[in-house]
Amino acid sequence: MMRFSTLIKHPADWMTGGQGEHGAVLTSRIRLARNLRRHPFPGWARREQRAAALDLMRPAVEALPAMKGAFSHELGDLTSVQKQVLVERHLISREHAARGDGSAAVIERRQTFSLMLNEEDHLRMQAIRPGLQLSAAFTALSELDTELETSLEFAFDPTLGYLTTCPTNLGTGLRASAMLHLPGLVLSDQISQVLQAVNKIGLAVRGLYGEGTESLGNLYQISNQSTLGESEETIIRRLERVISQVANHEQNAREKLLEDDPEMVADKIGRAYGVLRYSHIIDSKEALNHLSLLRLGGTLGFFAPQTVMVCDSLLMDIQPAHLQLHSGRKLSPEERDSIRAEIVRSRLHSLESPDNRMSSKDEKNLPNPSNPGDS
Amino acid sequence: MKCDFCDQKATVFLTQLVEGQMKKVCLCDSCAKERGVTDPTGFSLADLLLGGLPGGPGTAAGGGSPAAPGNGRKCPTCGFTLDDLKRVRRFGCSDCYATFSEEVGQMLRGMHKGTSHIGKVPEGLMATQFRNQRLEELRSRLDQAITSESYEEAAGIRDEIHNLSETKP
Repeated sequence: MMRFSTLIKHPADWMTGGQGEHGAVLTSRIRLARNLRRHPFPGWARREQRAAALDLMRPAVEALPAMKGAFSHELGDLTSVQKQVLVERHLISREHAARGDGSAAVIERRQTFSLMLNEEDHLRMQAIRPGLQLSAAFTALSELDTELETSLEFAFDPTLGYLTTCPTNLGTGLRASAMLHLPGLVLSDQISQVLQAVNKIGLAVRGLYGEGTESLGNLYQISNQSTLGESEETIIRRLERVISQVANHEQNAREKLLEDDPEMVADKIGRAYGVLRYSHIIDSKEALNHLSLLRLGGTLGFFAPQTVMVCDSLLMDIQPAHLQLHSGRKLSPEERDSIRAEIVRSRLHSLESPDNRMSSKDEKNLPNPSNPGDS
Repeated sequence: MKCDFCDQKATVFLTQLVEGQMKKVCLCDSCAKERGVTDPTGFSLADLLLGGLPGGPGTAAGGGSPAAPGNGRKCPTCGFTLDDLKRVRRFGCSDCYATFSEEVGQMLRGMHKGTSHIGKVPEGLMATQFRNQRLEELRSRLDQAITSESYEEAAGIRDEIHNLSETKP
């Protein structure tokens, strides 16, 4: 059985691969909710009933060829830091992390599939891919689902589709979402307009970190709300269309910012560079917001293109539980802020100043925004 | 402070905003364990209330809700009542959707793009069930054929069983 340390040792491919669509779409995720027939849903089940459902599902899930050698643990066996690390990696939900015995997480070696057993539903299956790849993620997860159907009897009704604990997930049981980095739209004050438009067509938008409407690091998540009355393909096709449009808006906004106010852009990116390179105490909010600008700089040619990947892994590694795991002990908030700064400084150690990079380029003192990766 | 579900001392405290209202639930060690709660942060309160209110089957008291007021409708499979549904807006098991079909209809109004499912159906399951049924049928025909000493027919049936068992649904 795979150990926790082995699982999280390396970042998954999807964590550092979000460079398609000019880096605006970081990841695509598909979640399917399934339940067992005749078994009470996890929230209503007694302890022994929950255990019985788990005993049915766990061997079936572990026997899937794709899950060979997977990380598979009951949540009661994991420490709260370990569970929190899995939450920060989006491998389990916050709700699932609060659970103990009777619930389990089975995570594929490369962290591209993760299955939550006895979450709100008996089975919550997830596939994650880098960039905008909702269809590919769905195809892969649906195959897994089909294989499971041969050994598990899922609750299904011809009219209502897959039956779920909460009626908001009925039908397909599908939640498709993408994580987007939208600094251009934020800096040009177009973000609320764009997000409202997305909301109007029945898609949900929320900040990835931060409470309520606040978004940290200019990261947003767009997902479907309706799960009943439309096929998986229809839902995913609409989302992909909308997300590409938002990514295009973002790209246009970045180009226009560089054209209209290059000094402001250079100033923001330069300040972010200064703070991240030289600070010794930095809280999560400040770090996320500056990393966002550094990432923007990476896509605009202020830094080498691989800077985007460095930023993407830092997004994960500066989260509180990741910091505690890194230090191997519980940290006070003050200690976290200084260790966070230390990690950021060391990762960005060899990152060249944007001014050096820009002046060493040809007589054009602005990068060409249309092909930032080609230089 | 006492546990909300029994009289023991509470050790796990869950506080959460639900629709703008602060809600607090206190649990003792054993009730927290029964509910599978270990970490008081990030717990969905609705979930706790779902199985956890005194009288629910998930509590130490167990035994389902006391005779539910109103029309007293109750899911025969899992004991979930209409009152439970009104309180948590979720269901106890998949059969609840049939038990409370009227309420399901009301709840679904305006919730989704449609009210009937379009999309994937568990074909694997149906195929497996169909295959198993067919295999059973063939096996009993094989028995009959052997009993009646129709060996040629039996050989044919045996081949068919063989082929069917080979093919994966």
